[in-house]
Amino acid sequence: MMLDSKVPAGPLAEKWSRYKAEVRLVSPANKRKYTILVVGTGLAGASAAATLAELGYNVQVFCIQDSPRRAHSIAAQGGINAAKNYQNDGDSVYRLFYDTIKGGDFRAREANVYRLAELSCNIIDQCVAQGVPFAREYGGLLDNRSFGGAQVSRTFYARGQTGQQLLLGAYGALMKEVNSGQVKMFPRREMLDLIVVNGKARGIVCRNLITGALESYAGHAVVLATGGYSNVFYLSTNAKASNVTAIWRAYKRGALMANPCFTQIHPTCIPVHGDYQSKLTLMSESLRNDGRIWVPKKKGDSRPPSEIPEEERDYYLERRYPSYGNLVPRDVASRAAKAVCDAGYGVGPTKMAVYLDLRDAFERLGRQTLDDLYGNLFAIYEKIVGESPYSTPMMIYPAPHYTMGGLWVNYELMSNLPGLFVLGEANFSDHGANRLGASALMQGLADGYFIVPYTMGNYLASQSLEPVTPDREEFRQATLLAEERTKKLLSIKGKKTVDEFHRELGLLLWDYCGMARNRTGLEMLLKKIPELRAAFWENVLVPGEAETLNQSLEKAGRVADFLEFAELMARDALHREESCGCHFREEYQTPDGEAQRNDAEYAYVAAWEYQGDDVAPQLHKEPLVFEEVHPAARSYK
Amino acid sequence: MAKTISLTLKVWRQKGPNEPGRFETYEARNISTDASFLEMLDIVNKELTLQGKEPIAFDHDCREGICGSCGAVVNGHAHGHERETTLCQLHMRKFRDGDVLVIEPWRSRVFPVIKDLIVDRSALDRIIASGGYISVRTGQAPDAHALPVSKEHADAAFEAAQCIGCGACVAACPNGSAMLFVAAKVSHLSLLPQGRPERWRRVQKMVRQMDAEGFGACSNHYECEAACPKGIRVANIARLNREHLLAAFRARLFGEYPDIKVLPPSV
Repeated sequence: MMLDSKVPAGPLAEKWSRYKAEVRLVSPANKRKYTILVVGTGLAGASAAATLAELGYNVQVFCIQDSPRRAHSIAAQGGINAAKNYQNDGDSVYRLFYDTIKGGDFRAREANVYRLAELSCNIIDQCVAQGVPFAREYGGLLDNRSFGGAQVSRTFYARGQTGQQLLLGAYGALMKEVNSGQVKMFPRREMLDLIVVNGKARGIVCRNLITGALESYAGHAVVLATGGYSNVFYLSTNAKASNVTAIWRAYKRGALMANPCFTQIHPTCIPVHGDYQSKLTLMSESLRNDGRIWVPKKKGDSRPPSEIPEEERDYYLERRYPSYGNLVPRDVASRAAKAVCDAGYGVGPTKMAVYLDLRDAFERLGRQTLDDLYGNLFAIYEKIVGESPYSTPMMIYPAPHYTMGGLWVNYELMSNLPGLFVLGEANFSDHGANRLGASALMQGLADGYFIVPYTMGNYLASQSLEPVTPDREEFRQATLLAEERTKKLLSIKGKKTVDEFHRELGLLLWDYCGMARNRTGLEMLLKKIPELRAAFWENVLVPGEAETLNQSLEKAGRVADFLEFAELMARDALHREESCGCHFREEYQTPDGEAQRNDAEYAYVAAWEYQGDDVAPQLHKEPLVFEEVHPAARSYK
Repeated sequence: MAKTISLTLKVWRQKGPNEPGRFETYEARNISTDASFLEMLDIVNKELTLQGKEPIAFDHDCREGICGSCGAVVNGHAHGHERETTLCQLHMRKFRDGDVLVIEPWRSRVFPVIKDLIVDRSALDRIIASGGYISVRTGQAPDAHALPVSKEHADAAFEAAQCIGCGACVAACPNGSAMLFVAAKVSHLSLLPQGRPERWRRVQKMVRQMDAEGFGACSNHYECEAACPKGIRVANIARLNREHLLAAFRARLFGEYPDIKVLPPSV
């Protein structure tokens, strides 16, 4: 298979303008003849659905929650980047582009990243017009803060609830179209299969989570905006329902899965405290603007932090990376935290934590200012840990947070399956091997508001699509498959709960495919994961029935898919014999412990093609061509 | 420091919207005080599952207090007794060993029970769909700095915009009123210059939809504010009333908004 990225010709800065100028259009009278199915209502899905509906397409929207407003984008905290240069600190589209592609350790497609930087300014304008209450200065203009991997202040924010405010903006736009009748909303639906008719994506099969009924929906194109798969680790900062199922089923129908091993472990999360724990909670990276990260200089020092004098503290990020200090990118900060804890300098009851200390900032800025910036984060921390960040340093440790990998898409955000568009975290396209903070919100909204509305028209205008209705054989077959699977899950009646299997899988991945990976560990995973999967299908206990609301059954289906997906993730991590961004192979590091990239052999996107359940997937490579930037050693020192 | 406690739970169990419900009693043993309320329910559910019984169904997702999915009435308090706390952020260190907890779904005729603690809150989505937004299309919005907004207005709009749509205000109100929910959105948008052009239409549409759904009216009990996990203030209801009154005067004087229609429950 030839992977054609369909990047337009011409200079980098003109590609997107040229594309828009030459793109084929669908006339207003014809738009209403098309139905587009959008799965997922986070920033990418909601913005895409609203915008496509405004253009005149009929849009059907599906989400797993009871309301589209609850998608997990809502939980994003810190902010959204844009190259506005409102701070007059030397920012530009080019600089945002360069920071993003460098932040991704030169493993992203240049043209996509440039377009993202270009569109960043339109996003802020659009959101302000919608009434998103970004933080402002007394003069009435917008405020900015800094995020990791950048030396300018380009992050727009709404206290520590930026994702909430942006999502409610997109949700408002979506509900406006529900009101106009252009969008039909289907909440509490979980996509279980993708329908491909004559090689093109034409529909989906979902489970109605209230009645348990399997429902078929046909359309002219399918948009997946179903988020990332960090929950493969069981404990992550993702919402409980976040899962890989939609993109995994698309993969099994022929869509390629790209770079699945690129998973981001976020440096500043509340540490794990018990085996009953159901999820981990992020403390926004924005805290690193004002917080200083440290551990005691003495191993195993168990004094309370207030009794450790200044000269006995090791501000290890400031020491190792003087030019970026506490604002190094996430992968670098996470590995550094793991290194100090592994070496015995960790703090807290489990010794797997480091301090994030705001003492100096409280003295410098005062409590009111810090409350305006981070008030809700302090409240969350106090509720979960039971200690006040006002009086004692916060304890943090890295946790799975975001996945850069996802379904392969071309410049038009269309997968190799024609008619299947993939947006936001569900695709692989813009963040390479590591995502910079405040870039996910930017990407989700760029994809949904400003990219897919153009590329969708180009696809539909250049196709002659036969009529497809849900009574076709392809829908019947997929429904039967889903029914059989459900029956099987309910009939095993084994001895272990779904969560027990999920935790076991998560621990395996955390230990051997987490912040550090090596050949021995990954080869071991490739044996252990199939064993665990077999044990799951023999011994899982799923109570209840199929034809009703059954949360255990929902979870079982998702974990069954994670158990398949995890193997592909380990396979991808094993094949990539280099360290880049978040993918740290212990065999490939510099003498001072930094990632050692191998551009000669691995400057490509690894796109995996499904070949059958017991057959190894086939690897396709999309070479990464850098016309504008020269991949350099990524230094933040 | 974490210790463990044991509690007795009386949980509302109901198979479906048209089935009768009843309280069932369960023991939650050796629960770490560092666990969240929902993690405590997870532990009880695991035991129920292993005993071959159906676990308690409850809505939840982000488990960090922002998605608005979770919620139950615990000993008469929506989201439990802690101020400004969602159920997922309520931790077991706030309870004592031996406590008896009565756990019920949101109580409102507008929120029918789907199963156990899960209710149908789609009425809130329909209120937003009726007009709870600024009607701008995606496209060439003016530069974000073209329209300065005073920090005071921006901050007040943000305070109101924090609503997570969980429905606790409705569950807590003796009248089953959704006024705090509607007021939060009306305040957020009417405080901002971008929201001004639609100001009068918006409040009319949202209030009509709210009434059509069957929510009660506000009679100043302030239970909503006490239950709100985001601390949305009842002062917003005063602003809603003012906006609504002004809109009604304008409608009478100028005959505006004849086209407002109410969305049917199927939307």
